[in-house]
Amino acid sequence: MKNILVYLEAQGDGLKRISYEVISAARSIAGDSARIYGVLVAGNSGQAENVGEYGLTDVIVANHILLERYSSTAVAATIFQAAESVGADCLLFPANAAGLELEPRLAVKLSAGYVADCTGLSADDGIIATKPVYAGKAQVKTKVETDKCVFSLRPNVFTATKADSPVSTNFTEMVPELTDNDVSVVVTSVDKNEGTLDVLEADMVVSGGRGVKSAENFNLIESLAEVLGGAVGASRAVVDAGWRPHSEQVGQTGKTVSPTLYVACGISGAIQHMAGMSTSKVIVAINKDKDAPIFKVADYGIVGDLFEVLPKLTDRIREVK
Amino acid sequence: MNILVCISRVPDTATKVVIGSDGNSIDSQGVKFIVNPYDELAIEEGLRLREKNGGVVTAVTIGTDKSTDVLRTALAMGVDKVILVKGEENPDSFYVAENLAAVAKDENPDLILLGRQSVDFDSLQIPSALGEILGMPSISVVSKLTIEDGKVTAERDIEGGCEIVEASLPCIISAQKGLNEPRYPKLPDIMKSRSKPIDQRDAAAAASRTSIIGMEIPLKQRAGKILTDSDDDINELVRMLHEDAKVI
Ligand SMILES: Cc1cc2nc3c(=O)[nH]c(=O)nc-3n(C[C@H](O)[C@H](O)[C@H](O)COP(=O)(O)OP(=O)(O)OC[C@H]3O[C@@H](n4cnc5c(N)ncnc54)[C@H](O)[C@@H]3O)c2cc1C
Ligand SMILES: Nc1ncnc2c1ncn2[C@@H]1O[C@H](COP(=O)(O)O)[C@@H](O)[C@H]1O
Repeated sequence: MKNILVYLEAQGDGLKRISYEVISAARSIAGDSARIYGVLVAGNSGQAENVGEYGLTDVIVANHILLERYSSTAVAATIFQAAESVGADCLLFPANAAGLELEPRLAVKLSAGYVADCTGLSADDGIIATKPVYAGKAQVKTKVETDKCVFSLRPNVFTATKADSPVSTNFTEMVPELTDNDVSVVVTSVDKNEGTLDVLEADMVVSGGRGVKSAENFNLIESLAEVLGGAVGASRAVVDAGWRPHSEQVGQTGKTVSPTLYVACGISGAIQHMAGMSTSKVIVAINKDKDAPIFKVADYGIVGDLFEVLPKLTDRIREVK
Repeated sequence: MNILVCISRVPDTATKVVIGSDGNSIDSQGVKFIVNPYDELAIEEGLRLREKNGGVVTAVTIGTDKSTDVLRTALAMGVDKVILVKGEENPDSFYVAENLAAVAKDENPDLILLGRQSVDFDSLQIPSALGEILGMPSISVVSKLTIEDGKVTAERDIEGGCEIVEASLPCIISAQKGLNEPRYPKLPDIMKSRSKPIDQRDAAAAASRTSIIGMEIPLKQRAGKILTDSDDDINELVRMLHEDAKVI
């Protein structure tokens, strides 16, 4: 491996947190010989001004009139040109909504082997990627057989680590060669649930299941989430009942989250739910049934009635914080 | 409209996973296989579009003789024809994408529908890889789809919201939950599906680009401390989260 290119994703005035995680993962596999480049598409260097703290020395900032509205095909074409310009043989993406549409396209363009949604990367004799399969019931180690490789990394799993001392970053402007043909799909509007933090990006997630019993009772879950500064999640049973929107569903047919803290309240722990949260760093379960399977993956469990436990727990955490 | 639906055959989601003797795949003894749940949404969407606009829905799977069961399910749901591309037992994603692309070139569909991900390896890559190979637009994780006069408008889930994406036919769409409620095949249709023909083809060899070097069941490394709902225990939990786990 000679050159690694990491995809940096802008958000507001800065970058998404996952971008720093991806830079850090790149450093961990780069060794002494490989050089790391970042590519930021349709953004400005100001958004990436602090990447030097994470040890990133080179960033390509690509802009073009055809990139004004987000188009996955045009962004893929741009990243490809950036990769060619620096001779990248390894590309790293976030395994999120944008990343999952980009990486396979880049893998095809580069004739590269590709592993999605990795939870581990190590470089010994080639790069070995670890990824969960069968809804997290097993994991596989995969070796890429091609000279070039592309990976996407599950958010919140790799730690964003600063370099021992910050480096200065070289920003290079790039104008990719694009035609209307490259813009075969385009995002025409974005509807963000303003004010609410998405379960995918939250560091703390408090989820409620059927045990919460009604939509109104979710105020207990919301209060705890608020005190923790986190997001509300839900089991499928709750989403199917219409108590919470599908965007909050955690699990196999919902979102896969890896927050620092996951609190499961009144959730039994069906395998399809655990598929979406078992890689969380710390798991707390509150359930009145001591045999509920959720306790098998919990670091801390409280056997009790969530209607009594949650208000007390919320108050106590508010005191400590 | 000519619609191609790509379906994969996966273990039932409630299956207990046991690693096989090769150490690289699961032991499929006694495992029940089903149509990938997201692919049922893709089939359903294809059928609804046909009901509205007319046309033909074809289901294809890259698999082995065993995969006839999922193709029969697709027939029972109502697809017009099915194609089995016979190839390797545990193909890598590129192999599948290359072979799906070959079928797409033969069938010349206006629309290719897939699931968001296959719930076995969750590799999440075939829809966009196929788009790149075929030079077609693709939109992944779609929860609402409208097609009018060759123009595709899709609602796609993103972090913290959704976005509206536009493209024109021919186009590739991967289905997310919420797109529709798949129908259950009716018994007479299940019976009828058994005698319908299956178009069988041989897969073209495509070199795998990745290889599995080991599969393992992740070790449970959780402390698993169980407490009661007493005030003391709740305080103790908060102390442990604060001081031991240092997460709050
Ligand atoms: C193909 C497929 C995909 C699926 N995808 C998902 C998915 O993405 N996400 C998902 O979550 N599920 C998914 N499921 C559904 C899953 O199998 C379960 O049905 C679901 O997770 C159950 O939700 P639950 O835990 O909220 O409800 P239940 O299983 O009914 O559990 C409720 C729990 O609440 C506890 N409880 C009740 N009252 C109280 C109280 N007062 N205090 C404390 N505890 C209480 C009970 O002891 C019980 O353990 C999927 C299923 C299939 C077949
Ligand atoms: N062997 C296969 N044959 C046909 N279609 C497949 C196959 N494997 C995956 N697909 C399709 O590709 C989608 C995404 O799968 P994946 O990228 O493997 O997670 C699935 O939901 C299917 O629609």
